[in-house]
Amino acid sequence: MRNILIIGATSAIAEATARRFAAGGARFHLVGRHAERLAAIARDLEIRSGQAVTQESLDLDRLDAHPALLERAEQALGGIDVALIAHGTLPDQNACQQSVEQTLAAIHTNALSVISLATLLANAFERRGRGTLIVIGSVAGDRGRQSNYVYGAAKGMVSLFLQGLRNRLSGKGIQVITIKPGFVDTPMTAAFEKKGLLWAQPDRIAQGIVAAVERGRDEVYLPWFWRWIMLIILHIPERLFKRLNL
Amino acid sequence: MPALPAEPLSCLPFGNGRSYGDVCLNGGGALLLARGLDRFIAFDPAAGLLRAEAGVLLSEILALIVSRGWFPPVTPGTQFVTLGGAIANDVHGKNHHLAGSFGGHVRAFELLRSDGERLTCTPEHNADWFRATVGGLGLTGLITWVEIQLQRIANPWIVAENRRFASLDEFLALNAEYEARYPYTVSWIDCAARGRALGRGIYMAGMHAPPGLMKPPPSERRALTVPFAPPVSLVNNLSVCWFNRLYYHLPRPARGLTPYQPFFYPLDNLREWNRLYGRRGFFQYQCVIPPAEARAALREVLARIAASGQGSMLAVLKRFGDQTSGGLLSFPRPGFTLALDFPNLGARTFALLESLDEVTRQAGGAVYPAKDARMSGDSFRRYFPRWAEFSRFIDPRFSSSFWRRVMGE
Repeated sequence: MRNILIIGATSAIAEATARRFAAGGARFHLVGRHAERLAAIARDLEIRSGQAVTQESLDLDRLDAHPALLERAEQALGGIDVALIAHGTLPDQNACQQSVEQTLAAIHTNALSVISLATLLANAFERRGRGTLIVIGSVAGDRGRQSNYVYGAAKGMVSLFLQGLRNRLSGKGIQVITIKPGFVDTPMTAAFEKKGLLWAQPDRIAQGIVAAVERGRDEVYLPWFWRWIMLIILHIPERLFKRLNL
Repeated sequence: MPALPAEPLSCLPFGNGRSYGDVCLNGGGALLLARGLDRFIAFDPAAGLLRAEAGVLLSEILALIVSRGWFPPVTPGTQFVTLGGAIANDVHGKNHHLAGSFGGHVRAFELLRSDGERLTCTPEHNADWFRATVGGLGLTGLITWVEIQLQRIANPWIVAENRRFASLDEFLALNAEYEARYPYTVSWIDCAARGRALGRGIYMAGMHAPPGLMKPPPSERRALTVPFAPPVSLVNNLSVCWFNRLYYHLPRPARGLTPYQPFFYPLDNLREWNRLYGRRGFFQYQCVIPPAEARAALREVLARIAASGQGSMLAVLKRFGDQTSGGLLSFPRPGFTLALDFPNLGARTFALLESLDEVTRQAGGAVYPAKDARMSGDSFRRYFPRWAEFSRFIDPRFSSSFWRRVMGE
């Protein structure tokens, strides 16, 4: 039985992942913004796992609340085995371009608050000598593109930060996993036309996340083909890339 | 409540899209994708009461309850249906002669109307809305959650018995005998057989295995997927003829222990099996004939099919019992029900189905809307005489391709 903390538990990917963990036997502490939706998810997971689920609703932008939040999670679970950080927003790129305030707010939510939580969790895991930290990044963080570089910059920052964290904690029994999903059919992407082979369902990402934990992976593109797409995108020379309409 | 699409666009709840015709379609209108409502709300493992959002699939329910000693009270031939869809079509299963249809085991549900009103419906409370919504083809509003009473099982195994029968009369005799002994009964019919072999087939009966009678858990079977739809149907007169002959004569154990999945859901392990019928697809046809007319009418239906040379591979015959759920538009009613599939050959297939409708109409039977894509408005009103009473409960913002078709709108 694993004790699992999920931050951003109302995200579609987080919920699908929690269901897969629940089927294998798990106890959850959920953190998210919307109390009502959190309660519905907690009730569902209680039925699926047969275990009591605890929850807390909180605005994760308040970085000063993070230490106490994690303390309460520790207490509720009696020690955290796995932490999944899944919260985030998909900012409006055009609006961000016109507003420094919105740009920084997007980076605050998608990068700084994640880094704050990852730092605190990593240190707690280091003290205990074990733990698994999973963070949902994005393929958007691999290269800056005009269509979503604010979101991409935040996800890229998280990705680099986790690489360093993984390097620091390597050999200390702590697993740091960066998940890089491609296009996923979730409420976050509700405004998109979701047709074509590149779109995946949240459960497919969830399956990949659980597999990444079992197999001790470091950085995982989900579904798998994004690894090869991003390999190509990363190798396009900047002279050419800057002229592409991406 | 989430906003509905702007007028004049009509809406229709869409579950998992497993009905065969246009009851789950709304051409030119909007679909409300109900699969997003997929959370469990409450489960009482002592009483077997389960409450869940209406987009939860039966497969998800099975994954939760079977290991805890419970089973759905009624299950259709696929586990990939939503709870809301099971109510909207008042689905039935192999235990209809004992348990009736799905709607009879629904304790309560919530109906969300387009004006924002939420009605909690039970057989006693808002009973008129309950009866309109059970079998109501999704037209009375959006079902948001459902509470059902499960049945107890000792383990996931089924004691199954198979027996070959050489004619329709032999089926009728066997049926009386087996129904008394087994809660689940169904027969496969060789539709290609004519003359003296008319109505031959295989009788399949089953019951949940008693405590102690079980095997170690079977290894998980990997599902196969039909990768694409070939230009022409692989199910045709020739293949049906040979398949049916082979299937009829195939030696099979008379009695044995089988996991519940292949017993209830033989096609669920062949994903996208509909593609076998090629790009033009296929029609399903399921009728029910009242007991008094059954023998003659079924013979006539089978004879017309055999004469048409349009074979059906998945022909299934079963008796419906007297128990009804009370749904105004429910299809199951006392009698014998025959389910068939036909590759779409265009006008020839339409003509055959209309000629089967003729037999069904004369016998005072009905055709199942969940499997229909072509019945006439006249037929529909004959089959479902309470349609006018029902139509008072339709949500003003809701409609479907099926409803507009049979109402001639």
